Amino acid sequence: MDNPKDRGILRGMKNTSDILIVGGGLNGPALALALAQTGHTVTLIDALPRDARAREDFDGRSYALALASQKLIDQIGVWGAVAGQAQPMLEIKVTDGRAGQGPSPFFMHFDHAEIEEGPMGYMIEDRYLRRALRDAMEAEPAITLVDEQTVIAQDADATGVTVTLARGDSLRGRLLVGADGRRSGTAERAGIKRTGWDYGQTALVCAIEHDRPHNGIAHQFFMPPGPLAILPLPGNRSSIVWSERSDRAAAIQSLDEESYLSILRPRFGDFMGDIRLAGDRFTYPLNLTLANAFVAERLALVGDAAHGVHPIAGQGLNAGLRDVGALAEVLTEARRRGEDIASSLVLDRYQQWRRFDTASLAAATDAFNRLFSNDNPLLRLGRDIGMGVVGAIPGLRQTFIREAAGLTGDLPRLLQGRPI
Amino acid sequence: MQAPQSTVDPSEIAKFEAMAAEWWDPTGKFKPLHMLNPCRLDYITQQIAGEFDRDLSSDAPFAGLRLLDIGCGGGLLSEPMARLGADVVGADAAAGNIPVAQIHAEQSGLSIDYRHTTAEALAEAGEQFDVVLNMEVVEHVADPLSYLTATQQLLKPGGLQICSTINRNPKSYAMAIFGAEVVMRWLPRGTHEWSKFITPDELFDLLSKAGLTPVDRKGFVFNPIFWSWSLSDRDLSVNYVTASTKPA
Repeated sequence: MDNPKDRGILRGMKNTSDILIVGGGLNGPALALALAQTGHTVTLIDALPRDARAREDFDGRSYALALASQKLIDQIGVWGAVAGQAQPMLEIKVTDGRAGQGPSPFFMHFDHAEIEEGPMGYMIEDRYLRRALRDAMEAEPAITLVDEQTVIAQDADATGVTVTLARGDSLRGRLLVGADGRRSGTAERAGIKRTGWDYGQTALVCAIEHDRPHNGIAHQFFMPPGPLAILPLPGNRSSIVWSERSDRAAAIQSLDEESYLSILRPRFGDFMGDIRLAGDRFTYPLNLTLANAFVAERLALVGDAAHGVHPIAGQGLNAGLRDVGALAEVLTEARRRGEDIASSLVLDRYQQWRRFDTASLAAATDAFNRLFSNDNPLLRLGRDIGMGVVGAIPGLRQTFIREAAGLTGDLPRLLQGRPI
Repeated sequence: MQAPQSTVDPSEIAKFEAMAAEWWDPTGKFKPLHMLNPCRLDYITQQIAGEFDRDLSSDAPFAGLRLLDIGCGGGLLSEPMARLGADVVGADAAAGNIPVAQIHAEQSGLSIDYRHTTAEALAEAGEQFDVVLNMEVVEHVADPLSYLTATQQLLKPGGLQICSTINRNPKSYAMAIFGAEVVMRWLPRGTHEWSKFITPDELFDLLSKAGLTPVDRKGFVFNPIFWSWSLSDRDLSVNYVTASTKPA
């Protein structure tokens, strides 16, 4: 793209795009769209083939989009395509329970009617969100898609960054963004080390059908083996996220469908009638991994590449979209000032904005999980009382609701539902 | 388009590269300028966009504008202006800054016409610009009125000048000289002479006498908690910036 207006700008090796993004999951495409809208050109490199991102059938995976995340999805022009398939979360009930026993008398109940902004969030199936992001990228002329290619080398210099693909050719841009997950090769090649630990727990994830309606209520039960979340999907279906010690989880996953359900049923209780599987089953080992830096020379990390948190509160994607909103805002402001968007001055603004938030999220989710995965009767009594107290004080409860909806903290504009 | 011919003696290049690295090191000697820069650029870009009806979201919004950066130093303002599409001349009275700025612009892939000269000499030669950036210079010159008159002559009719400086009051003394020079050692001691500082009203008066029409003024306010600068409509007590136009 040779722009005759760029009179003061010399080009050496021609840039493929302003920004190169590695990773075609959810954060990468969301960032590509946000940046394309503010005048940047973007090339997105995805290791998977196109079809893997656009499959039609339901595989059982879904996301709890906080309200702030939904606003970002709306701002990047994708919400209209998925709104019809999204289930609003109207209430969240948090209960401390033990398998085989009823829930404790203390529980927290969050109702969206207590805050002004609307539902606390939406449940959306992976297939719809992925597909809509893909379609939007294909319709955006400023985005170039490179499918089914891995990056084998990257090299930053004074004016840009060159990325070498496995197929042999090179791409060049001013900035490289790693959106390639918790084992980010982009971060590794830049020499960014990671800190983290394994919880020895694994999340079992599936979708179920149930006889009775869920009424838009999300449930979180805290049980000694780990938390169980029941998240409402459209129709009489829910997404289940269920944590177990890793050895037990592996054994459960290997069971046939009926045996799997027979383990799930008693935890689930019978408040929704009989349950059946409504998609594939997945397991995700629970570990926490934080990149020691979110930026390096001409490089920024977003999503799990920067911070893979315990998915206990469904905050992984929501934290990733906060990165997307913050990075798009920092880069766009820099571009409008004429700054080099990949200079350390600019990238440090993004890192400062996101690191504090991320470290506190990681610490909070970790502490939360340790507290609630414990069967010590004293701790149990303590947390029951704690939940009763939070539940009884309206102001505190509203704070929790706003936190769950992602409406607290120093929010990037896209997550406030405003353009950059 | 070719980069302007570099006139740097090859044996000196390593030294100038080191100086360029120093100018552009956000944590180094010029840290205060780097911290102030986003705020300065916000003001400059918005004023230019407003005056010449340009959309900052578009590609190369300043294309077609000829811009002079007086006291360009290492090019901290010249480079962003070139990146936004302006045709930039960077002038500095310190000869040593010119090769430093040239080398960095080449590294950045930008074409900027850096010259070892003064505003007065450029005016004498009849050079004309749409925009003149006159940032943190007027407090260093011997005769502000004759200097500002030269900067006015450099503008085409309807042109825009952005001029920033430091207010004169006990607070600005404490912040600029005692704070920045003595305590923080951000700037070499003796960089500023307090008696040369100019109040906003005095500057407006000088700009008018020089033949310009002052149209706007704002403060640059340092927030010690967030360690960053922001623009203020009311607080012009230390660093401040003005915009003036040359009658068409």
